[in-house]
Amino acid sequence: MDTAAAAAANVVALDDVTVIYGKNQALKNVTARFTKGAVGLLGPNGAGKSTMLKALLGFVKPDQGRMTVLDMNVADSPLAIRARIGYMPESDAHIPGMNAVTFVAYCGQLAGLPPVDAMQRAHEVLQYVGLGEARYRNVETYSTGMKQRIKLAQALVHDPDLLFLDEPTNGMDPKGRDEMLELVRDLGHNKGVSLILSSHLLPDVEYTCDHVVVMDKGQIATQGRINELKGPAGRVYELRIKGNLPGFIEALAKEGMDTHATDEDVMRVFVPDALGGHQAIFRAAARFGVQVRHLRPSVPTLEDVFAKAIGED
Amino acid sequence: MPIHDQSYRHYGGGRALPGRSWMVIAWAGIRAFLRKRVFLGLMLFALAPVMVRIVQFWIASQYPQASVLSPTAETFRQFLEQQDFFVFIITVYVGAGLIANDRRANALQIYLSKPLMRTEYIAGKLAILFFFLCLVTLVPALLLVLMKVAFDGNFLFLKNNLFVVPAIIVGSLLQVIVASFTMLALSSLSKSARYVGILYVGITFFTTAMFGVLYAITGTSRVSWISITANLTQVVDVIFRLKPRYATPWQVSLLVILGLIVLSVSVLERRVRGVEVVT
Repeated sequence: MDTAAAAAANVVALDDVTVIYGKNQALKNVTARFTKGAVGLLGPNGAGKSTMLKALLGFVKPDQGRMTVLDMNVADSPLAIRARIGYMPESDAHIPGMNAVTFVAYCGQLAGLPPVDAMQRAHEVLQYVGLGEARYRNVETYSTGMKQRIKLAQALVHDPDLLFLDEPTNGMDPKGRDEMLELVRDLGHNKGVSLILSSHLLPDVEYTCDHVVVMDKGQIATQGRINELKGPAGRVYELRIKGNLPGFIEALAKEGMDTHATDEDVMRVFVPDALGGHQAIFRAAARFGVQVRHLRPSVPTLEDVFAKAIGED
Repeated sequence: MPIHDQSYRHYGGGRALPGRSWMVIAWAGIRAFLRKRVFLGLMLFALAPVMVRIVQFWIASQYPQASVLSPTAETFRQFLEQQDFFVFIITVYVGAGLIANDRRANALQIYLSKPLMRTEYIAGKLAILFFFLCLVTLVPALLLVLMKVAFDGNFLFLKNNLFVVPAIIVGSLLQVIVASFTMLALSSLSKSARYVGILYVGITFFTTAMFGVLYAITGTSRVSWISITANLTQVVDVIFRLKPRYATPWQVSLLVILGLIVLSVSVLERRVRGVEVVT
């Protein structure tokens, strides 16, 4: 992909961005690219994810660096950018004293939609996020899960090209969480809405996103396609044997295969490509005289990528 | 094929250019208050003095023997002063929660994530209070002038008192602007509308009480600049070409008022943000 094509594929770009709150550097010389589609912004609490989103929205002025959203400079065109993005904040947020449909329509009008269109869109997006039945209820009477949905609805009402979702599953019960993730996945994969999903929950990002940017302590730890970051599958195996376990581990090590204990009696065996995959394990087991009771490829998870990126074992 | 697709659909309609959101905010706020019966009652009560004045003007125009009731330029000043009480009540009722309630509900980040500037948000909120305060000061005062002319059947009163209409406009706007900016600034300082209301009442009464105490001690009204209401009274008196009632130069009172507005703008500039930075 040439440079121009690469730039066109990016919806958000940060170059050497630093944000300082008092004495605390929330973002340190961050350079990152967010491609079209669904991108996860992953990191532990305090990593700088929300600060990055707020800087992109223009809420926080960076002390250094340049940011572009949808090919527009954040410093020069904040209003034009905000007209094309939707933001779902992390904390509870609503306009007091309004029912859901009035609130969402009001947000649509604030984004420039004519009143009639805004009201029609409000009904549609409330239906889409699953609040169709509760749309005439005052937002202040909503449960936590419903409040998360209404925040998504207000972010969607003006049909943004790009969505910033800050911890969208916070405080939701398992069923509600699954439904929210389904919505996010649908938006990112079927509805042509690019989105940045900020979360500290690895499964959420893994389920909904294709790309990930991992942050830690205000810096980018790693970024790229999730599948590529996880590495090729099948080179790591989960193995359980019957027989002399310490001796067999030693035999595997002699042949160049590392083993790592996991929970219970299953271990992970790393087989170098040169040894020919799982056959190498069977050959070693046959030679050493142990029974292979369980063997299956172990797919690296985003958790592995995350742990490696932020330097955890 | 579904009869009606209830899934997410893209929007193909028109969009207004940025810069009009303050009107959306103002209109939504005005409608919200107009739906409250208590508030409508308060507004009607605030407009009761207008009816009394209209009757007074009518009697004066119809019965020469009641010429003592005939309005002068000072009558309009008295009317505005009479409305100060309602300005105070409406400012507290309408203004206290304008930003405080949004801060409580974290609505600022919703507003400011839309294509509107902070100044538009503030302008929208100001417009709500401004509208209702004008409705009990500027609008009825101008209506009274109109009624006076209508009852007289000529423009003689206006010809003889050319300054009255501009004085009503400037005097009312000064009252309204000071109340609106001060209250909005206070509203941005807290998440509790009740606390803001108490703060506003406290500041108003405290400064007036301080002036009263100092006046009693010193025996001179040169310290009237301490009181917000006294400063307003002083300047509006001058606008209506009346003798200022305090010894403080009116220029000093005007400076205090302007300082208060600048301070309020500065507070609003600092407090109305999409993110609260705690360092």
